Amino acid sequence: MSNGYRIKAAAIGLLWLVPDCQAQDGHMLFNRFIAERLEYEGNGGLHLAKWDVQDWFGNDEHKLWLKTEGDYSADQGIFGRADLQVLYSRNVDSFWDFQIGARRAFEPERTFDAVIGFQGLAPYFFEVDSALFVTEKGNVLGRLTLSYDLLLSQRLILQPRIELNLAAADLQSRGVKAGVTEFEAGLRLRYEIEREFAPYLGVDYVEEQSLREHQHSVRAVAGFRFWY
Amino acid sequence: MRVNFRQADSRSAPAKSAAKRVSKLIRGIGWGMVLAGQALAGEYHLTIAEKRVDIGGEPQTAILADDGLPGPTLHWREGEDVVLHIENRLSEPTSIHWHGIELPYRMDGVPGISFEGIAPGARFSYRFPVKQNGTYWYHGHSGMQEQQGLFGALIIESAQPQPAADRDYVVLLSDWPQADPYRTLARLKKQSDYYNFQKRTVGDFFADIERLGLRETLSDRLAWGEMRMDPTDLADVNGSTYRFLVNGRTPQMAQHFLFKPGERVRLRFINASAMTYFDVRMPGLTMQVIAADGQNLQPLNVNGFRIAVAETYDVIVQPQAERAYSIFAEAMDRSGYAHASLSPRADWLAPVPPPTPRTLLTMADMGGAHAGHAAQGDNHLEHAEHAEHAEYGGHASQAGENLEAAKPAAEHAAHAGHHHAAMPPEIPSYQTLDYRDLRAETATPLGKPDREIELRLTGDMRRYIWSFDDVKYADAEPIRVKLGEVVRFRYVNQTMMNHPIHIHGLWQYLDIGAGAYNPKKHVINVRPGTTAVVDVPADAVGEWAFHCHLLYHMDTGMFRKLIVEAPDRE
Repeated sequence: MSNGYRIKAAAIGLLWLVPDCQAQDGHMLFNRFIAERLEYEGNGGLHLAKWDVQDWFGNDEHKLWLKTEGDYSADQGIFGRADLQVLYSRNVDSFWDFQIGARRAFEPERTFDAVIGFQGLAPYFFEVDSALFVTEKGNVLGRLTLSYDLLLSQRLILQPRIELNLAAADLQSRGVKAGVTEFEAGLRLRYEIEREFAPYLGVDYVEEQSLREHQHSVRAVAGFRFWY
Repeated sequence: MRVNFRQADSRSAPAKSAAKRVSKLIRGIGWGMVLAGQALAGEYHLTIAEKRVDIGGEPQTAILADDGLPGPTLHWREGEDVVLHIENRLSEPTSIHWHGIELPYRMDGVPGISFEGIAPGARFSYRFPVKQNGTYWYHGHSGMQEQQGLFGALIIESAQPQPAADRDYVVLLSDWPQADPYRTLARLKKQSDYYNFQKRTVGDFFADIERLGLRETLSDRLAWGEMRMDPTDLADVNGSTYRFLVNGRTPQMAQHFLFKPGERVRLRFINASAMTYFDVRMPGLTMQVIAADGQNLQPLNVNGFRIAVAETYDVIVQPQAERAYSIFAEAMDRSGYAHASLSPRADWLAPVPPPTPRTLLTMADMGGAHAGHAAQGDNHLEHAEHAEHAEYGGHASQAGENLEAAKPAAEHAAHAGHHHAAMPPEIPSYQTLDYRDLRAETATPLGKPDREIELRLTGDMRRYIWSFDDVKYADAEPIRVKLGEVVRFRYVNQTMMNHPIHIHGLWQYLDIGAGAYNPKKHVINVRPGTTAVVDVPADAVGEWAFHCHLLYHMDTGMFRKLIVEAPDRE
């Protein structure tokens, strides 16, 4: 993480140089931290703490975008997955940002990938986060996340969410098998006590396919969404 | 509650030098005897300072003029030279803009355009002759001070005798936020629908299927979904954070105005909100609208009117019954209301009337976004659809009223002619006020426009950016026109929101097909999906601010500098 902070600090410094205009200013800088998921996930034999956190900093056009996600198994005391993406995000359309940068995985292995992707709001209000990861050896992986907010009331919101992880080819070093390496379909019911703070309950169906194994499971989740 | 409701005239009338007075008198000889015995110079002092105010149990920091929320009502007289000494006791720069006032541009009070602003601890003296009369207001133009309480009413007495009213009250409407305005802006930048707690739910979906059928409901949802827009998006910032005030008072604080049955009461409505449009009604009373934006109109009777941000409307009511009447101003999106009583006794308060239903935006409101410029045929205020007229709340009689309001402009013009014949004036009546019904009291023949400038009103909801022609202020070149030109602006609203367009220092003659009787205004509201055409005589040299008067729209880019160049600067 310290690497991330250093990069962020440098970018803040750079963005500060953006010419500062007068009162009605289109170059104002904003920051948004959002923990989309901070949750416990488990079933009979599995207990995971998972996070999915993003933070952006910048103006309307240019942003520095950090993303980190992963899971930690409390009973085994190990991280299953943990990575950090540092991206430059350029707005290309009202609803879409083009993102380019790097991903550093810390668990299960230390790997380093280039990242290129699009993030935004698709027609019919689907939140989309998509990325291609190019490994140091030139292998290509992909990730697509889709989610939708269904308002049961103004504060009670049901969120279906799908995440797909893909690989273009087998990747022996990471145990990755070509095709869909991970499929996750979830349903989370959150209550926005404040816009910024919403606890939720839900269920996830997870299917994983690697060179070594294939497994699928249904898990209950409980957590909260938080942003500022 | 420590808010000062100082309504008193802060006039002090020291004599200026005799020579100046004499020269003024000579110049002002046209004013005749009316002014001969009166002082021609008014000197005013305002102190701008921070103050804690508590509205409804949430103490907050406000930025106030003379500790008042609103600031003191200033009374000027047409023809006088005013001198306004502003003292800044803040730790940040400040400014006052005299909204709707014709003045030398250096006195207009917009930091970075017309002057440097007033530094912390400094004083600045505005000096200018008052060339007009009517109801106006003043407000801060630095940062978001206007949203923090820096505003007040400005009443200019006419040099000509005016029909007297028995009572004359300022009804200043405003919105008071629970959060620091910069925090509000940050929230909008992070999540532009942050304040919308009226979105359509799954329940609404099934209710719509019951009402409209599955096919229509689905196609409606898909149409909005395709655009990634929300038909409940009537106000970006609303009653979920705002309290709505009449003269600085919440409905609970029971603001009241006194009258005796049979009296003619003049109410000067000023919308000093940062973001809120109000639909104003006084159940049981017909309001006779006699002026808009300080300009006299041929009177018309209405049961209600929508007042855009920064507009003013003067109305006369003549309550006959010995009872309290409600002055009810609902936020356009029905997320709250301001309320006061017009009452024969201080201890009689009018009940709050039942709210009118909120309406959704329609696809017609999105006309601009979809159809682009295709729909522009003539020079009149173009409405995508009469449906929006019904936005006031679906009165049962609406259909008939629409017919009334939709009378061709020619008929109105003929009607207007009657007023100048010796016939007894017949005052037209409408359910709600529509710009198309406004007629100036006196004719102003304007030359043919020397040029036309189309300005598209544009926005980006996702990132909360507002702009003209898709360019926000920070990236825009000024608009340049020449002194003496008549410039025709064509405002094409391609967004789904209303925008009150304000030009400093110059008048906008709204083209509603009434020729020389087109009303002139300092703020023109342009409804979603419509085009408004205004003629602007560029009759004052200088650099003027030109912007949407919704504070957060202005601050995120819906702003231009308008430069009126003297001929020698060509």
